[in-house]
Amino acid sequence: MTATVEEVWAALEDLADPEIPVISLRELGILREVRAAADGLEVVITPTYSGCPAMGQIEDDVRSTLKNRGISARVVTQLAPAWTTDWMSQAGKEKLRAYGIAPPHQTPAGSSVMHFISKPAKAEAVPCPHCGSSNTQVSSHFGSTACKALYKCQDCQEPFDYFKPY
Amino acid sequence: MSAAVDYLLHLADNALVLGQRNAEWCGHGPILEEDIAQSNVSLDLIGQARMLYQLVATLKGGDVTEDKLAYFRDTHEFRNYTLLELPHHGPLSAYAGSSLDYGTTIVRNFLYSALMALLWEALEKSANADLAAIAAKSVKEVRYHLRHSRDWLVRLGDGTDESHARSQASLDHLFPYTQEFWAHSPAEAAAVEAGIGVDLNTLKADWDAIVDAALAEATLQRPAAGGYVTEGKKGVHSEHLGFLLAEMQSLARAHPQGVW
Repeated sequence: MTATVEEVWAALEDLADPEIPVISLRELGILREVRAAADGLEVVITPTYSGCPAMGQIEDDVRSTLKNRGISARVVTQLAPAWTTDWMSQAGKEKLRAYGIAPPHQTPAGSSVMHFISKPAKAEAVPCPHCGSSNTQVSSHFGSTACKALYKCQDCQEPFDYFKPY
Repeated sequence: MSAAVDYLLHLADNALVLGQRNAEWCGHGPILEEDIAQSNVSLDLIGQARMLYQLVATLKGGDVTEDKLAYFRDTHEFRNYTLLELPHHGPLSAYAGSSLDYGTTIVRNFLYSALMALLWEALEKSANADLAAIAAKSVKEVRYHLRHSRDWLVRLGDGTDESHARSQASLDHLFPYTQEFWAHSPAEAAAVEAGIGVDLNTLKADWDAIVDAALAEATLQRPAAGGYVTEGKKGVHSEHLGFLLAEMQSLARAHPQGVW
């Protein structure tokens, strides 16, 4: 049986990210496209961070989910355009917050390296996902994974992860 | 094609060698947060190296793979800057028990990240579309590496008398190696000619501005760069690279058919 593009989307709709299982690959913007190529269907995924150890797992998860439903499709990894946290859906961001991870701010438009350097850290407050306070402080630019920074709330005293704009 | 291959290997080797070097902190960081930060920086660098090696493997064809490029080339075939292969003990090598000096790590990461943030940004316009795609990803990562190392440079430089003295000593030790950035290798010249690469001298004024502003904030003195200009990117390395590669390559060479 040949599956349609819509059936592939439906099969992968709820497939969760292996690292942050409350959010789906589609909501994260990792699942880019399902397209019909000359020799069958292709599922296009894009890596987040270059060294993200979850990418292999994600590819396997996509493949096995489709296989379990009897759908045959190739998984293609595509680098360009580069993944950005701006592709994360609003619903996905809300799920992150509810899970205790502060969702990413919008990436600054057209900022060059020189601009990035001249305006360190301060710029935008990162609200605490637990109590909502904006009185928070960065403890480390790298949290449990490369995509997150470690913050601490000065009001409720809870530490939390912030998904960095990428 | 050869211009692209040589240039891509230079970029890939830089990322792999520093990624491997910084991974030495994994489990040995001065504090837990920094242990994790260096491991994450290494993951980014090794991920960048992998994308570049995969691209080289595609260009070369045949039985070339990313693993062959990383694990089965010898010292003289690596094209990384000498700066990146130096051990973490830096100028403290004469002291017993100081095999890892965090000031040296931070200074090196800062000097290199400042360069790469500018270079990746410029390479987004490379005539090689695959390299441009890798650059567009890498620049996002290296900006965080730069922010991280810059913050710590200020913290150490403008910290205690000891942290100030040690970071200044690391800077004095490492700064002369940055001369290699600005001396063109034949591979770079060919890549620039082909529109694939970027002439680093067009980025030097911005690099100087990033470095000088950070050093001023860190109350550190910029050393005069002079003396021998290293040639790691031409394959002429210090004795340190051989030890680093021996550790990194031994497993793959013991099990050459291994797949992981």
